[in-house]
Amino acid sequence: MDCIQPIETQGATYRYEEDGQQAVDHVSLSIPKGSMIAVLGHNGSGKSTLAKLMNALYLPTEGRVLVCGLDTALEENLWDVRRHAGMVFQNPDNQIVATVVREDVAFGLENLGVPQPEMLPRIDEALLAVRMTEYAAAAPHMLSGGQKQRVAVAGVLAMQPDVMILDEATAMLDPSGREEVFSTVRKLNREKSITVVWITHFMEEAALCDRVLVLHHGAIAMDGTPREVFSQVDELKKLGLDVPPMAELAEMLRQGGLSLPAGILTVDDMVKELKACL
Amino acid sequence: MLKDITLGQYMPGNTVVHRLDPRTKILLTTAYITMIFLVGSPLWYVVPALYVALASRLAGLSFGQLLKSIKPLRFLLILTFVLNLFFSGGTTIWVHWGFITIAKEGVLLAVHFSMRLIFLVVGTSVLTLTTSPVALSDGIEILLKPLKVVHFPSHELAMMMTIALRFIPTLIEETDKIMKAQQARGADFESGNLIARAKAMVPLLVPLFVSAFRRAGELAMAMEARCYHGGEGRTRLRVLRFTMEDTKAFLVSAAALAVVIVGRSLL
Repeated sequence: MDCIQPIETQGATYRYEEDGQQAVDHVSLSIPKGSMIAVLGHNGSGKSTLAKLMNALYLPTEGRVLVCGLDTALEENLWDVRRHAGMVFQNPDNQIVATVVREDVAFGLENLGVPQPEMLPRIDEALLAVRMTEYAAAAPHMLSGGQKQRVAVAGVLAMQPDVMILDEATAMLDPSGREEVFSTVRKLNREKSITVVWITHFMEEAALCDRVLVLHHGAIAMDGTPREVFSQVDELKKLGLDVPPMAELAEMLRQGGLSLPAGILTVDDMVKELKACL
Repeated sequence: MLKDITLGQYMPGNTVVHRLDPRTKILLTTAYITMIFLVGSPLWYVVPALYVALASRLAGLSFGQLLKSIKPLRFLLILTFVLNLFFSGGTTIWVHWGFITIAKEGVLLAVHFSMRLIFLVVGTSVLTLTTSPVALSDGIEILLKPLKVVHFPSHELAMMMTIALRFIPTLIEETDKIMKAQQARGADFESGNLIARAKAMVPLLVPLFVSAFRRAGELAMAMEARCYHGGEGRTRLRVLRFTMEDTKAFLVSAAALAVVIVGRSLL
């Protein structure tokens, strides 16, 4: 089945039973196929809860969440939803099940009941896509954090999902591991046109996505391209978020009287615009 | 210091015995244990002795490796021997000195039971020395599958074993970290008497347990996210296949078992 509308939420709301707090508050959004969307927000803004709503790990207490047109609230859709929308979690150690890399990648396929001869090429392909082929027979605890997360990505990829939801998948990694995982997922998004929901609190990662969504108290506070969002420096600061350093510098220069256009995010942008000023 | 801990006693290799299907090895070990219990007199231990000698030779195991497996049992062995020697009574008295009486029957019984223990441990360690824990849990899962009719959770048992194996290195690493963190704050794990040292373990075990529970929760969610829903309708990456070698192994064991049964009936 071809998936035209990977993720759509219609007034999705999630209230925690324990404290009655609204973690996600009437969020309506639709994510087009093949895009990579970053979800930002400070701690407790509802990022993780929103992610879990997209994978039927949580069911909306109000509103609807549709994954590839399937309503997550319907019991019979549960396993289809999870096959279409794969999820990678924050802690690399707590999502690897098997004692060998290859077998961990197979875990999802085994659960789906894929016949064994069909599994082998799918595992090889997934490991190749995340550049972990040479570690197929390795024990997961011998790998670095970035490698473990790439194995987790391969485990989801082997299930051939339409959407990948990465819930702060780089939060526990060192800078080089972060870069490894981000570029791997970005490449999968471009080459296999897998839709990606990238939940993060690193602005430099969000700046490289197609679209940025900022959550505040469970509701959408900002939504737009990285340029649109990051040029609203004051607004971002009000929401308790960092601003990419170059965007902040541009804002300071602007206040100092230099007429710089909006939407400067990277050092390259800055160099170009400053040259134009001179 | 905790890093170089070995799991079980598996010795990787590529011998005939290593290559045997784990199901075969588990079944043959069961047959072997039956054989040990069927041996009628100390003399007939020559059959299991030959059998173990053949198996360990094929598996490339040295005599020393097998002897090592008895070491933890040495006190139990001595106890078994002594108790049987002095307290099993009998009519043909060999030594009578004060309150100590040693009868011929007692000596035979002592030898018999000690041999039984030794052979039990040595034979089963051929299984654990040549089969990886993962292969063992696979074999156990498939062999126990028929018990599903009485609702025995064979898949769940094997899954638990796999996850335990997967998390042992992670938790060891974590223990190491917590120990260092507590030592940095003045905890002392090494000095004092037994009770003091046991007490010192509390600040180590509490965070370890808390973290293990947290991990378990996260892992459960990750497994569900990857469509895990129990053993129902699940396929497997590792497929076990019986080969000619398995058949041969079955035949050799059947022969050994037959010899022991015949020997018993001759008594």
